[in-house]
Amino acid sequence: MMKAFLILEDGHVFTGTSIGSKKEVISEIVFNTSMTGYLEVLTDPSYAGQAVCMTYPLIGNYGICYEDQESLRPWPDGYIVRELSRLPSNFRSQDTIQNFLKRFDIPGIAGIDTRALTRILREEGTMNGMITTNENYDLDEIIPKLKAYTTGKVVEKVTCSEKTVLKGNGPKVALMDFGAKNNIAKSLNKRGCQVTIYPANTTAEEILKASPDGIMLSNGPGDPKECTDIIKEVKKLYESDVPIFAICLGHQLMALANGMDTHRLKYGHRGGNHPVKDLETGRVYISSQNHGYVVDTDNLDPAVAVPAFVNVNDGTNEGLRYTGKNIFTVQFHPEACPGPQDSSYLFDRFMEMMGGKN
Amino acid sequence: MPKNPDIKKVLVIGSGPIIIGQAAEFDYAGTQACRSLKEEGIEVVLLNSNPATIMTDKDIADRVYIEPLTVEVVEQLILKEKPDSVLPTLGGQAGLNLAMELEEKGFLKEHNVRLIGTTSETIRKAEDRQEFKDTMEKIGEPVAASLVVTNVEDGIAFTNKIGYPVVLRPAYTLGGSGGGIAYDEEQLVEILSNGLRLSRVGEVLVERCIAGWKEIEYEVMRDSAGNCITVCNMENIDPVGVHTGDSIVVAPSQTLGDKEYQMLRTSALNIISELGITGGCNVQYALHPESFEYCVIEVNPRVSRSSALASKATGYPIAKVAAKIALGYTLDEIPNAITGKTYASFEPMLDYCVVKIPRLPFDKFISAKRTLTTQMKATGEVMSICNNFEGALMKAIRSLEQHVDSLMSYDFTALSREELLEDLKTVDDMRIWRIAEALRKGISYEEIHDITKIDIWFIDKLAILVEMEQALRSGELTEDLLREAKRIEFPDTVIARLTGRKESEIKELRRQWNITASYKMVDTCAAEFAATTPYYYSVYGGENEADGRSDRKKVLVLGSGPIRIGQGIEFDFCSVHCTWAFAKEGYETIIINNNPETVSTDFDIADKLYFEPLTPEDVENVVNIEKPDGAVVQFGGQTAIKLTEALIKMGVKILGTSAENVDAAEDRELFDQILEECHIPRPKGHTVYTADEAIRAANELGYPVLVRPSYVLGGQGMQIAINDEDVDQYIGVINRIAQEHPILVDKYLVGKEIEVDAVCDGEDILIPGIMEHIERAGIHSGDSISVYPAQTISDTAKKTIEEYTKRLARSLHVIGMINIQFIVCGEEVYVIEVNPRSSRTVPYISKVTGIPIVPLATKVILGHKIREMGYEPGLQPEADYFAIKMPVFSFEKIRGADISLGPEMKSTGECLGIAETFNEALYKAFLGAGINLPKHKNMIMTIRDADKPEAVEIAKRFEALGYKIYATRSTAKVFKENGIHAIRTNKIEQPSPNLMDLILGHKIDLVIDIPEQGVEHSRDGFVIRRNAIETGVNVLTAIDTARALVTSLENTDIKKLTLIDIAKVNRK
Repeated sequence: MMKAFLILEDGHVFTGTSIGSKKEVISEIVFNTSMTGYLEVLTDPSYAGQAVCMTYPLIGNYGICYEDQESLRPWPDGYIVRELSRLPSNFRSQDTIQNFLKRFDIPGIAGIDTRALTRILREEGTMNGMITTNENYDLDEIIPKLKAYTTGKVVEKVTCSEKTVLKGNGPKVALMDFGAKNNIAKSLNKRGCQVTIYPANTTAEEILKASPDGIMLSNGPGDPKECTDIIKEVKKLYESDVPIFAICLGHQLMALANGMDTHRLKYGHRGGNHPVKDLETGRVYISSQNHGYVVDTDNLDPAVAVPAFVNVNDGTNEGLRYTGKNIFTVQFHPEACPGPQDSSYLFDRFMEMMGGKN
Repeated sequence: MPKNPDIKKVLVIGSGPIIIGQAAEFDYAGTQACRSLKEEGIEVVLLNSNPATIMTDKDIADRVYIEPLTVEVVEQLILKEKPDSVLPTLGGQAGLNLAMELEEKGFLKEHNVRLIGTTSETIRKAEDRQEFKDTMEKIGEPVAASLVVTNVEDGIAFTNKIGYPVVLRPAYTLGGSGGGIAYDEEQLVEILSNGLRLSRVGEVLVERCIAGWKEIEYEVMRDSAGNCITVCNMENIDPVGVHTGDSIVVAPSQTLGDKEYQMLRTSALNIISELGITGGCNVQYALHPESFEYCVIEVNPRVSRSSALASKATGYPIAKVAAKIALGYTLDEIPNAITGKTYASFEPMLDYCVVKIPRLPFDKFISAKRTLTTQMKATGEVMSICNNFEGALMKAIRSLEQHVDSLMSYDFTALSREELLEDLKTVDDMRIWRIAEALRKGISYEEIHDITKIDIWFIDKLAILVEMEQALRSGELTEDLLREAKRIEFPDTVIARLTGRKESEIKELRRQWNITASYKMVDTCAAEFAATTPYYYSVYGGENEADGRSDRKKVLVLGSGPIRIGQGIEFDFCSVHCTWAFAKEGYETIIINNNPETVSTDFDIADKLYFEPLTPEDVENVVNIEKPDGAVVQFGGQTAIKLTEALIKMGVKILGTSAENVDAAEDRELFDQILEECHIPRPKGHTVYTADEAIRAANELGYPVLVRPSYVLGGQGMQIAINDEDVDQYIGVINRIAQEHPILVDKYLVGKEIEVDAVCDGEDILIPGIMEHIERAGIHSGDSISVYPAQTISDTAKKTIEEYTKRLARSLHVIGMINIQFIVCGEEVYVIEVNPRSSRTVPYISKVTGIPIVPLATKVILGHKIREMGYEPGLQPEADYFAIKMPVFSFEKIRGADISLGPEMKSTGECLGIAETFNEALYKAFLGAGINLPKHKNMIMTIRDADKPEAVEIAKRFEALGYKIYATRSTAKVFKENGIHAIRTNKIEQPSPNLMDLILGHKIDLVIDIPEQGVEHSRDGFVIRRNAIETGVNVLTAIDTARALVTSLENTDIKKLTLIDIAKVNRK
């Protein structure tokens, strides 16, 4: 077993064993509290530019089942776990997570105190770190590098290169892929929608030209404010009268397009247990979440939008309804995968917005 | 939605005596709920027949009724107390059934009392087999093909249609009583006819057998606004076929992918929503191991054993939240007490793994079948937490206190590979040990899986443990190897054994290499939020979160581990009260315990909770962090007492009675010396080590003699012997468990058995009251009916008892609790046993005298004096009412267990009868224990010769009450000679109609079968008793119990019971 080290920008060093690729990587370190769904997490493009630490200590128990992938490959820069199961057991398992990480050249570290790491991130906030197998690391040299690291424009990295179409007999939906999880398209397609998936750099004109019945803005990685070009296009989509539903990054981009601000959360929301309250009905739903940024609604102009969902734990915004528009956006993930399916009814709501039926 | 302002006074119904299937978890849930209600300013009226519970304390509820849980009692109580609401979902099945009966009768409506928590409609939808099935079909949730039948013929017809095997589940029974799997028609007829009889409504569900599928459970909560969450899910390592209460369970599920996890989670939420449950609910699933097919097995629309486990496993207080929901709050309004920051409307995320192992009573019932089926047999359970599965399993194993510490503890090495393959088919409590041996013998995972259906993920984990055994046995003990062995929680003792070293050497190596336990917090949120509640578990490798610093003095309270026969919920009562008393005295309190069902392991009882095994090594790890100023061992039963020596070695001060004096009470020779010095007589006896010595001693003393190992609790291994052969046989049985301690042979005295609990401050003693056993000496005190105040002994004898108690307490230098058992023959008083610690009777005597013995004893331990606390020393004045503690048994759950009473304890719980007259108290006690007569007024008597004269009088009295008495030949003869119209009946080996036909004909209310003392050489009595119990007939095996029963029947009218508020009792 080869040793591996996780070095944080605050100088903490965790020693464990190397898993996956042996390559060295610098990344933003985040944690996810989901107890199942490690493959969905790994293949969620929103993790691009991050190394993700799983707080649940036993990972890989049910192996890898390719049909559960949320995209065609894993995206995190690194993977941090307490323990990888040496034997996966599930009737659908096709491979081990060890092989999967190796095949996609994802470096990782196992055998570290993931809870201690989580506590550091919780107290000090998300920070950068390095995973390396080099025993002769030099902190003086590494730490400045870690501090200087930024994730950069990751949407470009994760979006599809050309448009694809999922056939359906229902409403036509244009899905803007900022790093979309498969289940967004699947959820729409399952409801009969014909889903056209567009690369993130597609112009609003091109999308509108196809006269979709609805537009879906997907989730995606990184700091929303870096997506300056996309925001401009989103503004144009806003100005069309096409019904729009947006998730996560899509939600943030729509807010930025309408003059709102976003800020970075101390350590983000990543997991499958976040309670969100539907402000219209007062009902609370347990949601799947994965975001490091949040829309600032302190000075929200009700003429533009009103909060539709709020996080019960920390009161942050979880969704917006745009005034006078057929647009609503959520910060959490109604497409689940991994996580609770409680808010999948939002896709039904989108169907209604498009005048379609379930 | 805020609290409903109309709810001001709530009746909470508890679960009654501890029986298999309904144990301490309901005391935990009920106590938490009552505290939660009181927090909201609600006046709480509590009804529970079990005096050993914490919920029946006046600190917990405002009005406390320890009365039988019958419809009549609840009705009278509602008329007396006029509550506006009843909360029935926290008292297990017993409470739920009662509430349903009242609702169905229209009584609640008539008196303007509402059911809060969950409506009767919901309860019916979940509990009634057919309605449940219809409801599930309506929302498209699959259930196994099934049919509710009310007779055997329909059962056979349906089974022929769907095919064998089938599962049989009687409606409205506890812990799956009377259920089972039938593989052929003979079994079907047997189980089905029995189940029909045991069901409250005479219905049994016949169901497609899904044995071998994965068994998965979800704990779900829902509020009145419709918000729902899952608290946690759990996976049974034992696939469907073993009752979940008897399964090894892991939380969260380990072998389910997110797709399966979410599929079942969504299903559970759909079900709780459709049923309209407001509060907690448990949904059990069978999941096909090789597809997404699943079936809903069962829904419990209330808090349950699983919810207690889920609460402890996650830190989410289900009962507390359920109580708040019942008052009208919604989940997003109820704060999460663990984090203090978030709300109850979230789902706990675990960053560890929890393993529960059931505690089965086969050590008590040697003749019983160890097979595990859909009928629960466990009396209790242990839970452990670790950040890896192997470690959690290892910790749980050593928490069992069953002489097991590893996967080597049951020895199957003698079996050949072929024999082992055959033996793997056995589904019992030793299955994981058998699998471990199979792995050692090189049997493949697939072969093991094919036979056991246990998922190979778990088999692989067992293999990892077996590989570690081999590595330790064969290799060099390197730092890495030791570190890995500790990571997966091999105790030092086992490592020492495997490496051929001393335990102290292992400890030294760990010190050198800095391999120490550190503690992690259970915080409900996988460290996402800072938590405020110090609830810890240990792991090896990693940061320590427990902070031992404190500006207060610290006391360590050792819990009592799993509930088992002989060490029940009483000791949890004592541990909790001791903890509270220390807190009141300004101490920081620390509890170590491993029982998820108990109040003591609730997160807000002590200042710190360590959820850990109670072995010297595990305790020492905590001690190293906490460095307590002292430890109390006298409240945690034998579990805690056994740790005394180890604590002293760690340098922990034992608070209260010193260890030497505890030893003095147990060491025969030292104890004899003390008795002699105090001029106290005891039955003559000898200490022996071998069978020969025992026989010699017995002959010198003269038969009958009592044979028992020293250092036992609950009379384990104790028997009365009437001849050499008996002695020989017993020594054989006792020696099955390695004896570090000698065997005691005592003259068996026939007399009144008396019991006293006292507090001693070093000078003065305080005796709240004297308890007298109805059964003569020879029946374990825990199985005897106990009467306060003592009825038949003279004032002189009482004085003598008080005097002897004082002398003994003083000469043993008792500081705190002492329990003494006496035998009184006329005016002669003998001491038979002294325990310088808290006993089983402490909660009972505290409650019926109103004297808080445990807090008093705790204060005494801290240096206070009895006089300064406002008590006059000595025996306290007698009450002007009668309080009777009745043992309750769970024999119907344990196939093959002999139910006849003797010196070995067999009861699982107790209930109380309290009234102004002796007879009414006795009647209530029997009623509380479920002996509800008459039904058919037919009874069977078969009496040993010695008791026949006494039986005549009893039979006459039963006859006078209108009972028809059937008796076997010699008993019938004696009865007829004495003018009783007994009907002579054939013994069971004789042609029909015989005794068995009578019993199976369901026309018998009661069997009084008094077997010969000593070893029973005929199987006849055993078979009669078993069959009677298994068909739901009451059986008495002691003549004194029979007399007490007839007395109570002669004098009482069920409609006119007086109800006594225990909260107002105060004998001070």
